[in-house]
Amino acid sequence: MNKKVIATTSLAGCFGCHMSFLDIDERILDLVELVEFNKSPIDDIKVFTKRVDIGIIEGGCCNTENIEVLKSFRENCDVLVSLGECAIMGGLPALRNGIPIEECLREAYLDGPTVSENKEGILPNDEELPMLLDNVYPCHEIVKIDYFLPGCAPRADLIWDALVALVTGDEMNLPYEVVKFD
Amino acid sequence: MKDKILEITSKYGDDRGRLMDILIDIHDLKGYVDDANIEVLSEKLGISIAEVNETVSFYHFFTKTPKAEFNIYLNDSITSNLRGRTRVKEAFELACDATFEGKSEDGMFGLYNTSCIGMNDQDPAAIINDVVFTNLTPYRVKQLIKALKDGKSLQEATYESTGDGKNSDPDLKSMVFNNIRKGMMLLNKDYERFEVVGKILAENSPEDIIKTVEDSNLRGRGGAGFPTGLKWRFGRRVEGEHKIIICNADEGEPGTFKDRVMLTEFPDLVFEGMVIAAYATGADIGLLYLRFEYRYMYNYLSLVLEEMREKGYLGKNIAGIMDFNFDIRIQLGAGAYVCGEESALIESLEGKRGEPRDKPPFPVEKGYMNFPTIVNNVETLASTVKILKHGADWFNTFGTKDSLGTKLLSVSGDCRFPGIYEVEWGTSIREVIEMAGAEDVQAVQVGGPSGVLVSVKDVDHLGGTELMKWYKPSGMMVAQKTYDRKLSYSDLPTGGSIIIFNNKRDLLKEVVMNFMDFFIEESCGSCSTCRNLPYIMKQKLQKILDGHGVRQDIDDLLSWGKVIKVSRCGLGQTAANPILSSILNFRHLYEEYVQAMTDYDNTFDLEKSVEAANKFVGRKTVFHHS
Repeated sequence: MNKKVIATTSLAGCFGCHMSFLDIDERILDLVELVEFNKSPIDDIKVFTKRVDIGIIEGGCCNTENIEVLKSFRENCDVLVSLGECAIMGGLPALRNGIPIEECLREAYLDGPTVSENKEGILPNDEELPMLLDNVYPCHEIVKIDYFLPGCAPRADLIWDALVALVTGDEMNLPYEVVKFD
Repeated sequence: MKDKILEITSKYGDDRGRLMDILIDIHDLKGYVDDANIEVLSEKLGISIAEVNETVSFYHFFTKTPKAEFNIYLNDSITSNLRGRTRVKEAFELACDATFEGKSEDGMFGLYNTSCIGMNDQDPAAIINDVVFTNLTPYRVKQLIKALKDGKSLQEATYESTGDGKNSDPDLKSMVFNNIRKGMMLLNKDYERFEVVGKILAENSPEDIIKTVEDSNLRGRGGAGFPTGLKWRFGRRVEGEHKIIICNADEGEPGTFKDRVMLTEFPDLVFEGMVIAAYATGADIGLLYLRFEYRYMYNYLSLVLEEMREKGYLGKNIAGIMDFNFDIRIQLGAGAYVCGEESALIESLEGKRGEPRDKPPFPVEKGYMNFPTIVNNVETLASTVKILKHGADWFNTFGTKDSLGTKLLSVSGDCRFPGIYEVEWGTSIREVIEMAGAEDVQAVQVGGPSGVLVSVKDVDHLGGTELMKWYKPSGMMVAQKTYDRKLSYSDLPTGGSIIIFNNKRDLLKEVVMNFMDFFIEESCGSCSTCRNLPYIMKQKLQKILDGHGVRQDIDDLLSWGKVIKVSRCGLGQTAANPILSSILNFRHLYEEYVQAMTDYDNTFDLEKSVEAANKFVGRKTVFHHS
């Protein structure tokens, strides 16, 4: 059997979901038997080099770079999984959604109590930078997402079980205590 | 002002449990309640400012902003829309020189939308300073506002005509109509007032009474269908320093107005039922929870209670039965649909927010002020009087095997004869449609937007699809193929709301959207499922109606609808029913909207989404990649 190919990324997230992924501990040895990694921070491959079976997305979309990466995942992966609260709902970054973006920028770069070095009132507008979106969007509002694994972060067991189910095609084991929303 | 507030609180014995009455009195006095008043209340009643605030903010008819001289609450239920609400609304805005949810500049008129006020057979209807105006038309609105501007009183403006039956009673004098189209046992003029309490009660032991009610197989008429005799037996068995009988007259389910008619035409019958329940269970305190929208009946009903006290049917040693002491107080609500749920109603009676309690304990164990409490619907209590008068066997000659007796139906919508129909259980939807003179019928909404507290196992009899297990059967939109289904506890249980829609109506845009707005407005906010999902599901439906829907969206709605079942009360559990039952019975309407050629459509606009940030930082929107 050919090994399934996996890609992962962290968009507007904290990498906590990836950390949780690594919490599968010694099962990572079983995992390398089952799958090979392509574009992912785990092996530091930066671009897709082949067709991918399963793409795992941590984090939502707060800027244009997130959108671009997410779209490239959709193009290159057969199955996309939203992993964790931020990918599914926007999570902590989405707390800014109730506040106009102008106000957020003003607080961060001009008027905030911790702003001390920006006497000229410079705002980040270099064209090399990604552009900020008006809201933080969950991934499924940008591209079609096939599966959702909730949690902040999702338990390692949940990630492991989901991966094994996707790779083997067996039904997923979902005991109550493994599925958490916080 | 402080003195006046203190005068009010002392009138109610500085009792925290009477906060509803105190707030209603303050609103009568000055139209609203401000922070200074709340501080006084908090001090005097021995509760925190937050506790007063949470009650004030919960109810639709309480406010912390000054009101106008005339506050016009225009019903925004679906039946109102069907009968030309938009034009009436515009007429109010023009005549009052104000827009809805605001006041006119001179402070004379305030215009507000309000959830169903129980006048569906005579919509559009409005409540103006507690006086109900029905069958409004743009012309009548113009005349009415002109009369008020000319300095006439609201009473003068209504007295041009009064409604039928006891609505023209000098103590009631309301322009509301009963529209009783068909009566059987309850709506029967053959009723000798207080005969059961006066004569029959003394001849029977409480045990006999409970036995008779059990033998009659009477089940709760509010919608849940719990056996009344059993409830009373539990009530009798439980020990308590006091026991409470509550009559639930908070019918807030859109399309329901039977309790209004019962209380107008036969208040004595309902109160008699409460006395019987008290005798059977050993209760000493009676409470009628009357929805604020029916406040115009308050004095009329109080006079009936006064008469009963004079005749010895309330008070001490009722009807000569030694140590049978019982009296009834009327408690007004203040505009909250969820208070129709029995434990929310009890919270409200205690002067708190109307949030449903966790069960168990059930009210019959720990209810009002933690005393054993029996909550019965208006219609249920009235039925017990007839049962005791004529016997359980007689009662069992009405209806079908599993659903005995009669049911009051509140029929409204697209039909020639909207009003109250008392029918035997087992009557089919088709028969109701024919009686009401409805033609070209597209759909019938049975049980209002939600069903109230029907147990899930009732659904199993239906043998329906998997989905049916997930939502309560009453509160469903019925399509033509199922018009032969029968109103009964095993087929289509219902609290009695029947709304008919003809083929000219857009079921999704007009009806389902209106129902979802109702649930969004009326959620108490306690459970996140009921607070959020109706809003999210309505957004999804809007996406479908906007032409951005895909097939997956329909499936999403169905699967999300299951989640709402974990809500604490019947309102929350059924808040997705408008969407679920319309998908179940009218799926083709949804499918007409969704796109066949794509399986994914978001409405995300990348360029627009970066506009605001780029403008603020001074940057051109340029995309280097595709």
